[in-house]
Amino acid sequence: MLKQTEGSQAVAEAIALCRPEVVCAYPITPQTHIVEGVGALVKAGKIENCEFINVESEFAALSVAIGASAAGARAYTATASQGLLFMGEAVYNAAGLGLPIVMTIGNRAIGAPINIWNDHTDSMSMKDSGWIQLFAETNQEAVDLHIQAFRLAEELSCPVMVCMDGFILTHAYERIDVPSQEEVDAFLPPYDPIQVLDPVEPYSIGAMVGPEAFTEVRYLAHEKQLQALRRIPEIGAVFKDVFGRQSGGLIHSYRTEGAETIAVALGSVNGTIKEVIDGMRDDGAAVGSVSICSFRPFPLDELRAALVGAKHVVVIEKSLAPGLGGIVASNIRMALRETAVPVYTVIAGLGGRPITMNSLREVLEAAGNMRLPDVQFLDLDHGAVEREILRAKQTRRAGPTAENILRNLGHAAVAGND
Amino acid sequence: MTDETALQRVKFYQTGTHTVGNRLMDKARRSVQASMDRSNAITSGHRACQGCGEALGARYALDAALRASDGQLVAVNATGCLEVFTTPYPETSWQIPWLHSLFGNAPAVATGVAAGMRRKGRADVRVVAQGGDGGTTDIGFGCLSGMFERNDDVLYICYDNEAYMNTGVQRSSATPPTARTATTPAVGDAPGNIFGTGKNLPLIAMAHNIPYVATANVADLHDLEDKVTTAMDIRGARYIHIMVPCPLGWGSAADATIHVARMAVESGLFPLFEAEHGRVTRSKKIRRRVPVEDYLRPQRRFAHLFKKGQEDTERIARLQRMADANIERFNLLGERETP
Repeated sequence: MLKQTEGSQAVAEAIALCRPEVVCAYPITPQTHIVEGVGALVKAGKIENCEFINVESEFAALSVAIGASAAGARAYTATASQGLLFMGEAVYNAAGLGLPIVMTIGNRAIGAPINIWNDHTDSMSMKDSGWIQLFAETNQEAVDLHIQAFRLAEELSCPVMVCMDGFILTHAYERIDVPSQEEVDAFLPPYDPIQVLDPVEPYSIGAMVGPEAFTEVRYLAHEKQLQALRRIPEIGAVFKDVFGRQSGGLIHSYRTEGAETIAVALGSVNGTIKEVIDGMRDDGAAVGSVSICSFRPFPLDELRAALVGAKHVVVIEKSLAPGLGGIVASNIRMALRETAVPVYTVIAGLGGRPITMNSLREVLEAAGNMRLPDVQFLDLDHGAVEREILRAKQTRRAGPTAENILRNLGHAAVAGND
Repeated sequence: MTDETALQRVKFYQTGTHTVGNRLMDKARRSVQASMDRSNAITSGHRACQGCGEALGARYALDAALRASDGQLVAVNATGCLEVFTTPYPETSWQIPWLHSLFGNAPAVATGVAAGMRRKGRADVRVVAQGGDGGTTDIGFGCLSGMFERNDDVLYICYDNEAYMNTGVQRSSATPPTARTATTPAVGDAPGNIFGTGKNLPLIAMAHNIPYVATANVADLHDLEDKVTTAMDIRGARYIHIMVPCPLGWGSAADATIHVARMAVESGLFPLFEAEHGRVTRSKKIRRRVPVEDYLRPQRRFAHLFKKGQEDTERIARLQRMADANIERFNLLGERETP
């Protein structure tokens, strides 16, 4: 049913349609509206046979989901930012135990300095935890990816993170087609675990594994991701049959035919990028873009095929590997390792910094003119950082830099000028 | 008066150890070490050290829970000795469904298992979570308090051997004052663990107003089994804190585990009591009171208190005052009740 609704609310309704049996909730901005929405639906009796458990931390939230999933229940939780880090140990554990938990990440920066706005640092910190990571470009896709995520997770016995940009998607009101219960039931069968805690057939789950088998266990985790690489497009195709729209998949290419410069990004910024591509195409520039939906598993072959014809690949990414540069760009270079296509990193949108069409156009044009450095920080205030670097050179002092930068920018209203 | 209470009234106990003789108990209440019919949650062949108090305590606790639940039992385990010595891949000692996730999350995982079982129409399956003192009083404390506060339907059992034994005997918040551990060495002006630290988890559990809290000890397995059975009759959050001597960490002889555990009770250092909804309802009376020295001396972790010619009378007296305070607080010397 088409409705004008908030992204978080639509995701809550999608979760309800997936008939979860245990939902664990701990509030953290910007995912809070999602668990609030699910909680209201449970309390109103709109989700049959579901328990909503208010826990004391994100670590407990995922731990409760681990227990519920091992008992054979369909389990869901959501988090963001510091919350994902706080549950980090359980994130790896859920994947290691092969439990098909689905978790929404309302993507947000990681502190310090504390920052509640959007970037992808949280999800990137868990990229190698063994979870499948799907990034939604729109709220419609966020809804659809959650429905696909349960099926994917349960088929592969592997947890799935659905990542959606905090505020930009979670808090945006737009037109969304929320499917009917009949459609979702036709697409998503009940969870039928292969191994479950059962007194009739007692298994020991989570035993200690030594050097004699640990490598094999890890190899199988890798193999599972490679299987997901095949299953994600197949499930997307089944989804299209049932729901009548294309959603999910590994990557989406946009106007890449004959494109010399191709922008690559994850998540909602692809909407802005497409607008820039349209404008530049109108002006005769040979540009296109690729949106990565499945970041784990990472679709090396599909990306290679999509990017190999380009002269410049510009990765716009909302995360930073300090001391290296781009995380997504490094992965893209892996996809293009046998080609000579240069890959540029543009670090953009950190901590909610707006990514404007003008700035995007500038970097794409600079790449076309061979004027883009390997790593560029979009709209960096060079004056502020240079003053701080200079100050640090003059007075060596340990401590937080954020306050000094804010003072430089004149944002810190300090009583008693110093 | 039943035969059993008549037996208890005249207080038959063995002269040397002051234990209630098993063969003097009513037949139905006798502890059974091994038989074809005995419930057997943890089977033989595991790799616990000789004289391990935890292996003994866990076996009796879980077997009692298994009987009380008519075999419908799931165990969740925190990381620690019990987890490691029972499940060296590809072997397992567990005859019941068993789940290990992490060091600090066993109470939350158990909450999830209980919820999952309810949703799958298996509310008859009961859930026990268990961990050592490190997993319970330190790293798992947040999750434990959350589980208590929500009154989730989980029996949590802490096997307290008063330090991180699995990693090589480091101090935990359950380590008693003066005890030597690898991180509280017996050197300097205040050798061993210092006074004025640590937490009393049974009392903290009681402060959550949960339906049932009890302490138990491997020197009295009848009492331990009774408390587990009582706990299994109740729904909601329950907590049993079992003292389990560790020959390796305590520096006690492997064949002295029961003796040391008994001295902890008889000295008053480890009070045995039960509490319901935050109120102490019953305490186990001391049969023959002993000075704390009788508990401390057999353990090398306290050896620095008893150096030849320079006995640390001040610290021993301070430990005695702790025991005295327990005796007072829990009324451990009062008239013994009939069971």
